[in-house]
Amino acid sequence: MSALFRFPLLLLLLGFACLELHSQTAIKIGEFASLTGKEAAFGQSSHKGTVLAIETINAAGGVLGRPIELLTEDNQSKPGESTTAVRKLISRDRIVALLGEVASSRSLEAAPIAQGAHIPMVSPSSTNPKVTQIGPYIFRVCFIDPFQGAVLAKFALDTLHARRVGVLSSVSSAYSVGLAKYFRAPYSAAGGTIAIEQKYSEGDKDFKAQLTAIRAADVDAIFVPGYYTEAALIAKQARELGLTVPLFGGDGWEAPELLEIGGTAVDGCYYSTHYSPENPAPVVQRFVKAFQARWGGETPDAMAALGYDSALVLADAIKRAGSTDGARIRDALAATQEFAGVTGTTRMDADRNATKAAVIVEIKDGRFRFLKAVAP
Amino acid sequence: MIEFLQQLLNGLSLGAIYALIALGYTMVYGVLRFINFAHSDVFMVGAFVGYYLGRLVPEGTVWGALVVLAGSMAACAVLGMTIERLAYRPLRGSPTLNVLITAIGVSLLLEYSGQVFFGAAPRNFPPVIPSARISLGGLVLSSNQLIVIFGTCGLMWALRLVVLRTRIGMAMRAVSLNPQAARLVGVNNDVIISFTFGLGSALAGAGGVLYAINYPSIDPLMGVMPGLKAFVCAVLGGIGNIPGAALGGLILGTTETFVGGSSWSTYKDAIAFAVLIVILLVRPGGLLGRPSIEKV
Repeated sequence: MSALFRFPLLLLLLGFACLELHSQTAIKIGEFASLTGKEAAFGQSSHKGTVLAIETINAAGGVLGRPIELLTEDNQSKPGESTTAVRKLISRDRIVALLGEVASSRSLEAAPIAQGAHIPMVSPSSTNPKVTQIGPYIFRVCFIDPFQGAVLAKFALDTLHARRVGVLSSVSSAYSVGLAKYFRAPYSAAGGTIAIEQKYSEGDKDFKAQLTAIRAADVDAIFVPGYYTEAALIAKQARELGLTVPLFGGDGWEAPELLEIGGTAVDGCYYSTHYSPENPAPVVQRFVKAFQARWGGETPDAMAALGYDSALVLADAIKRAGSTDGARIRDALAATQEFAGVTGTTRMDADRNATKAAVIVEIKDGRFRFLKAVAP
Repeated sequence: MIEFLQQLLNGLSLGAIYALIALGYTMVYGVLRFINFAHSDVFMVGAFVGYYLGRLVPEGTVWGALVVLAGSMAACAVLGMTIERLAYRPLRGSPTLNVLITAIGVSLLLEYSGQVFFGAAPRNFPPVIPSARISLGGLVLSSNQLIVIFGTCGLMWALRLVVLRTRIGMAMRAVSLNPQAARLVGVNNDVIISFTFGLGSALAGAGGVLYAINYPSIDPLMGVMPGLKAFVCAVLGGIGNIPGAALGGLILGTTETFVGGSSWSTYKDAIAFAVLIVILLVRPGGLLGRPSIEKV
């Protein structure tokens, strides 16, 4: 090989070496999210919160003196895609920790892979208890459905004074089935009566049959565990049938689409969630301002706040671990105590779930209003 | 008693929508002996055309609603004819299975390009017709339910007139009976088939708008379930038969509603489809279909 050829080759090699050096200085964190598809509203919010958190950390000098690099993969809200995305992040991009997902079913897909590779995974907002049961490397920064179910049961009895409720839940969604189950026991134990339980299938748009049956059962309130698309249509059709009782649900209701599709029908309805931008706490107000400045005036919802907190909790653990070794980050995550985030104080329990307060939001005059916070 | 009547009314309005979509399946099958699976996605496009038009016209006016309905029907007719020209006509004369697979391909193409152009998130359909509540004793019905029921009846009646009373309707029946013989007596088969697709797709467009007025959350995959159920209605009533589609829609809509309102609501779809199987076991040609005799 002539010297003429060798020279550019050398330059090229040198270039690669420089790139390699640069990527070694950044700490790589992977994120898999539903940026498109059915739950895109949730995935996008959560992703924006995470990006803001990483940028804030890097602006303050990063972690362990190194910047954090966020590598994001989209799973299109489809089953099966998360597995591929997470395998790629771990084996090709060599991430040190993983953030994701909103939907419990997709977190459940990725968790065994992260656990097998000993990569710590922090889910921002999957509330199904099974997620962290996969193994000791899986964490979450939100409360779980048994807690949410108990909060809602107490709220229905004490605040709504509803002695008889009707439940309208999905046949197949893990979230909806789980939340209905965790509501039933504490509500009945506290003296409430579940007058009627009706089911709908995924993709249904007509709920009049079930609502007519609920109307005949003469209830004080209707519990609708499910996602915003169904909840909005259910509220609309309930009002068309002349049902004026309040409807209430869980954090799956949290999306602007609920107001857009539901219109005046969702007025006077309630749901429990992780956070409210109207919470006057200074840490929340600072976050709302920073988020609006970064994302063109958009007000952050609960998914954005949890996405933000998940990245901060992880960065805090890496800082305390003093290394990017998976096992040491895991131990630091498990030892998280009294971490003050925008969704409340995070404390990891023995099952790697965060215990924190829930917020009840009231829908009034076409807006989400902070009603109260319920401590665990 | 009130609850029974209320459920009957709910079932009637659900069945009317199924019947409207089923008409499109039945008509194309009647003329061409093939199932146009892309029909349910033309229905979806109809709803989206209505969505964009609905934001241009003033809300809650009669002419605005008519413009939305007519615009969406026209756009779908053009889409249906284009699909026929580009995807189905080159395959005329080839085995039915090939055309069937092409239809499934066109259906997937429309669904996923819909996700690219319209986005996958559900959208709120503008209230082109304000909904009013009408109560009769304990019975409650919304004005939109009435519009759907009467709209379906009106369109079905118009369709019957076209097929039975006009020259082009006669030509359609001729092509359906025997395409070769029709050509011999001077019918231009290409024009007639194109017209059939246009008419069926216009009905799908109307169905999309009426559906979206009643259930105002639309997304690119919204046609899949109603399309499947409407297809079932068409088969149930006897595919190729226009009153049969209406009867099928009525039966499926009311069965689904009565099961959905009982304590068996978990098995709503399973029971509705079990009814289909039983009816087809007793009458393989559908309720109003004539049993076909194959010559060996």
